[in-house]
Amino acid sequence: MKTRFERRFAELKAAGRTGLIPFVTAGDPLPEAVVPMLHALVAGGADVIELGVPFSDPMADGPVIQHASERAIARGVGLKTVLGWVAEFRQTDADTPIVLMGYLNPLEMYGYERFATDAVAAGVDGVLLVDCPIEEAHVLEPLRAAGLDQILLASPTTAPARMERLCKASSGFLYYVSFAGITGSAQLSTDDIAARVAAIRTASSAPVAVGFGVRNAGSAVAIAAFADAVVIGSALVERLAEATSVDDAATRAHDFLAPIRAALDARKG
Amino acid sequence: MTKIADFHAYPDAHGRFGDFGGVYVAETLMEPLAELTEAYNRLRNDPSFIAELDRDLKYYVGRPSPIYHAERLSRHVGGAKILLKREDLNHTGAHKINNTVGQALVARHMGKTRIIAETGAGQHGVASATVAARMGLKCVVYMGAVDIERQKINVYRMKLLGAEVIPVTSGSKTLKDALNEAMRDWVTNVADTFYIIGTVAGPHPYPQMVRDFNAIVGREARQQMLEQYGRLPDAITACVGGGSNAIGLFHAFLNDASVRIVGAEAAGEGIETGRHAASLAAGKPGVLHGNRTYVLSDENGQITETHSVSAGLDYPGVGPEHAFLKDAGRAEYVGITDDEALEAFHLLARTEGILAALESSHAIAQAMKLARELPADALVLANLSGRGDKDVHTIAAREGIEL
Repeated sequence: MKTRFERRFAELKAAGRTGLIPFVTAGDPLPEAVVPMLHALVAGGADVIELGVPFSDPMADGPVIQHASERAIARGVGLKTVLGWVAEFRQTDADTPIVLMGYLNPLEMYGYERFATDAVAAGVDGVLLVDCPIEEAHVLEPLRAAGLDQILLASPTTAPARMERLCKASSGFLYYVSFAGITGSAQLSTDDIAARVAAIRTASSAPVAVGFGVRNAGSAVAIAAFADAVVIGSALVERLAEATSVDDAATRAHDFLAPIRAALDARKG
Repeated sequence: MTKIADFHAYPDAHGRFGDFGGVYVAETLMEPLAELTEAYNRLRNDPSFIAELDRDLKYYVGRPSPIYHAERLSRHVGGAKILLKREDLNHTGAHKINNTVGQALVARHMGKTRIIAETGAGQHGVASATVAARMGLKCVVYMGAVDIERQKINVYRMKLLGAEVIPVTSGSKTLKDALNEAMRDWVTNVADTFYIIGTVAGPHPYPQMVRDFNAIVGREARQQMLEQYGRLPDAITACVGGGSNAIGLFHAFLNDASVRIVGAEAAGEGIETGRHAASLAAGKPGVLHGNRTYVLSDENGQITETHSVSAGLDYPGVGPEHAFLKDAGRAEYVGITDDEALEAFHLLARTEGILAALESSHAIAQAMKLARELPADALVLANLSGRGDKDVHTIAAREGIEL
């Protein structure tokens, strides 16, 4: 049976479209807005959703996502709540793959076996655990056994030999971090990224998503020239942060994504 | 509990101390850490590097530090002899300089021009600013806004030494957040920047490297004990926040089964109150700051805020080697409350004329407990890891005195 990732990336390829992957921190700006926001993101053109699990010590994140995490934690959001939201989202969306993105300690405390069972039951498709490189991925064996994909990050500092190991170990898709820094920074050299993604393609047939530093339609279109999908996180989280109601959050999510979707689709023609 | 034949055989090539340690970081840091590991493995076996380090430790740091018999303190307590390893007499006033001198040499060999560091009490920040000044390297120190407030003297010392001190206002605004921020700086500026971690935590090779540079404390102490007393101590103790001074003292004694090893964690207002920083005594295994170790976290896996009167022990994790020693049953880790530490501080000041750091006062308090339990001919060696000048304001404030 094909996974949701496989079906989604096959559809994108057949249609000649670039995937759009928004990241939002679960529980920010309002816990009750999460599920409506996820649906709004899909309506706005999301192909895959990365849902951030808040963590108190997000070492690889910039201030925007740090603060979103702090706000969510202050509202008591934890892994269990997040899984509940995914299950609720799945009641009316059976197709959009969901990746939980975060750090290991919440899973450590939840228990890997228990998480694997509960995540599959909720309808989670994969995990992207920022502080779990391939060397430590043995801890995630229960997740793999349950059918969850482990999406891995590759970065500009990843040496070629290591890149091959990453490509082999990654499932679902490979996430190329477009520069060596934290989330939300602004540097981006499209030519360099294009060259690195081309190198990845010689080692792997997995879809490649590119993120870190993509802020708007312009930068998304530039990346789309060579990536299978574009990830947008901090700029969206920033836009959502000031939402005052559930409707406002959903509208902001949709309105942020829709023009980017349109620009990506127009690029093709 | 597995029987460990040789405690000096750890960590393994992956940086693991049994189930603990490892490299739990973002992909972006894997290559820089691999480069650092390679450079460090090359240098630590290089006779010219070792000679360079020994020279710095002797002529710049002022080693060896003595072992001092605290006679009046021992008499006051009753019981065993309390001996102090005087790391407070090092240049900059704490053991932290042992590590920064070593890492600065590694940085220079790697061609890095910028030093960054995190600091809690400020001792490691001062020790980093010191070696950076000496080598003409730019130095940036990340420090929690809360710690900046309670360690003003050290902040000013760092500035006098030419370092830039950046307040960290995220999370609990203490040591753990400073470490996050320094790591973020490193990941962004890795080409020219060397991150000097101040404790035996972080991803491999840091727990090993920081331990190795501090292990001079135990090596000296072991030899001094044999020379001065003709035998090893019956018990040794040190305070444990991240655990660098403790592992520094403990390491040389790990294979000496006759030596009881006790780490004193910060029990703050009492472990039962929840306001403490005793990761080993009250935490459970988890992942924080690049390694698997004991952490204080809630049911959602969020790292909990800690409390200790001493900023240097106010840390919700602990070095992975301590986690390993705890689970292997080689070392015991117990809590010392704020009040017990303060009592030890005052007692040491009045009986011996030594102002200990609040961190080290936890070790003194533990040494007093051990001395009471043991016979008069027993020897208890405590690591007096730092001097207390930096804490004078904190102590005065607690006692309602305005300076």
